[in-house]
Amino acid sequence: MTATTLTVPRAAVEPRRAGLARDVVAIAGRALRALPREPEAIIPPVFIAVFFFVVNIATLQRLTEHSIEGFDYKAFMMATGVLLGVTGVSRAPSLVLDVQNGYLDRLLLTPVSRLAILLGHMLADVAVAAALTIPVLAVGSVLGVRFAAGPLGIVAFMVLASLWSLAFAGFAYAIALKTGNPAAVNTSFLLFFPFLFLTSSYVPRSQLGGWLHAVAAWNPCTYLLEGLRSVTMRGWDWGSLAGALAAIAGVGAVSMALCFAALRGRLRQA
Amino acid sequence: MGIDTIAVRPPAAPAAGAGPAVTAEGLVRTFDGAAAVHGLDLEVAAGEIYGFLGPNGAGKSTTVRVLCTLLAPTAGRATVAGHDVASEPGLVRLRIGAALQDAALDPRQTGAELLRLQGRLYGLSHGEIDRRLAELRRLVDIGDAFERRIGTYSGGMRRRLDLAAALVHDPDVLFLDEPTTGLDPVGRARVWEEVRALNEELGTTIFLTTQYLEEADALAHRVGIINAGRLVAEGTPAELKRSVGTDVIVARVDGDTGAARAAVAGVAGVTGVDARGAELVVSAADGAAAVGPVAVALDGCGVPVRDITLRTPTLDDVFLELTGTHITEDER
Repeated sequence: MTATTLTVPRAAVEPRRAGLARDVVAIAGRALRALPREPEAIIPPVFIAVFFFVVNIATLQRLTEHSIEGFDYKAFMMATGVLLGVTGVSRAPSLVLDVQNGYLDRLLLTPVSRLAILLGHMLADVAVAAALTIPVLAVGSVLGVRFAAGPLGIVAFMVLASLWSLAFAGFAYAIALKTGNPAAVNTSFLLFFPFLFLTSSYVPRSQLGGWLHAVAAWNPCTYLLEGLRSVTMRGWDWGSLAGALAAIAGVGAVSMALCFAALRGRLRQA
Repeated sequence: MGIDTIAVRPPAAPAAGAGPAVTAEGLVRTFDGAAAVHGLDLEVAAGEIYGFLGPNGAGKSTTVRVLCTLLAPTAGRATVAGHDVASEPGLVRLRIGAALQDAALDPRQTGAELLRLQGRLYGLSHGEIDRRLAELRRLVDIGDAFERRIGTYSGGMRRRLDLAAALVHDPDVLFLDEPTTGLDPVGRARVWEEVRALNEELGTTIFLTTQYLEEADALAHRVGIINAGRLVAEGTPAELKRSVGTDVIVARVDGDTGAARAAVAGVAGVTGVDARGAELVVSAADGAAAVGPVAVALDGCGVPVRDITLRTPTLDDVFLELTGTHITEDER
């Protein structure tokens, strides 16, 4: 064997802390670069959102619009379609892979802010969730849904959906960091059902019967849906928007507390 | 250059006059109450290649993870590049690079993307990152694969990229945790050359864990032998081998090694006999003088001898002397 003669020039570089903002952007950039290589992370949520949006309209539009005078079921369902798509979308499975293949250690060996590792993934999640609303908005537009709040209402709709996605993703990150187990991360999806089905996903809250009406009153998603629907169906209804933000903040406070506790726990294990 | 040539080339001496790059004082790390590292004291000079030798489970990787700030020490104190690993982990991280036991790479990124991200996390500018990548591309020497996803790399390519990732920011102290485990002899020789080049050309202090005796022998200026979480010996490879103080005669026999052992034990000049499977390992102060009488004694006890060799002590003999066991089965 002939060994290669190695000459490694000493580079005049001085390592330094990049700072939280630069760390977050760097980690988010990595997470977003990985997305085109993982279509399985994008295609199912888009499919679910558009599928339920279209199929539910076909199933329930006539019934609901006959029962409730002046009711626009297509505008009503767009919020449900978007939430079905963006709820549960996160880079938490990718973080689990980082734990499993040791890449998280490679990151932890650098002076990167530990917080930035999590915030970077979350920033990427917000961007992905915002992007995921676009196909549903496009389908809605084709079906004739118009935003009563105008173009800024579309922005508000996307922001609310993205923030909700982030609030829900906190649960997945908490499980990812606590367990380092991809199967366990998938269990966060169990929360998806009570949040999105024990509420006014398919018919207005006033049409829910008995116990479901009572449960829906306690479900944060009810207020989130009402906020989202306000910009499509009624215009700028600040009370509904405040309710939606409060619902997101409440769920986010719980999920982020769990998730940052899990991060502290993982770093403490070290 | 052949592998044997690499193995016998003596390592260059560390830079004189510099302060310690790594220190540990009474370092302890426990897991659920069980001590993986038990009161470790060591000091590695700047510019030195320090070989940390021990069998699997001896505490090598735990020590490296503590020194790299990935694990907090349970007790004791350690400094790296002049900074305390427990109270100043951020400053330690700026000065160290590490290639851990399993190449810690993201298979979904390309080699270039991974190194660029490393550079950004160390606060390097785009220009600095471009320059370092150009330099490290040569070290990694994986051609066009640099732009391919890491998931497609071979084991050797992953190891070299992992090493490059540890070097992006030009660290003062480089930790290599069993860098050649799982590599074929060609890959191993290649890593040895890289380690030497880094030390000789850049003056990088290298803390190298290994379970391969010849690796420690060939690369390290000094070797620390760790067993069951404790440092049991430390010195240059030559010093450690001299500490055994005897030549070694190895006889491979067929039949009753017990009888052979008894027969050889009485030979004049023999200071110790150990049976390892079909091998009889005989220690003698003057091996050249004792090898003849040992052969005669074996012949006399009726145990067939397949071959008999005389050699100087190895680090495995040192380890055996100190612990009563071998480092690894395949090092026998």
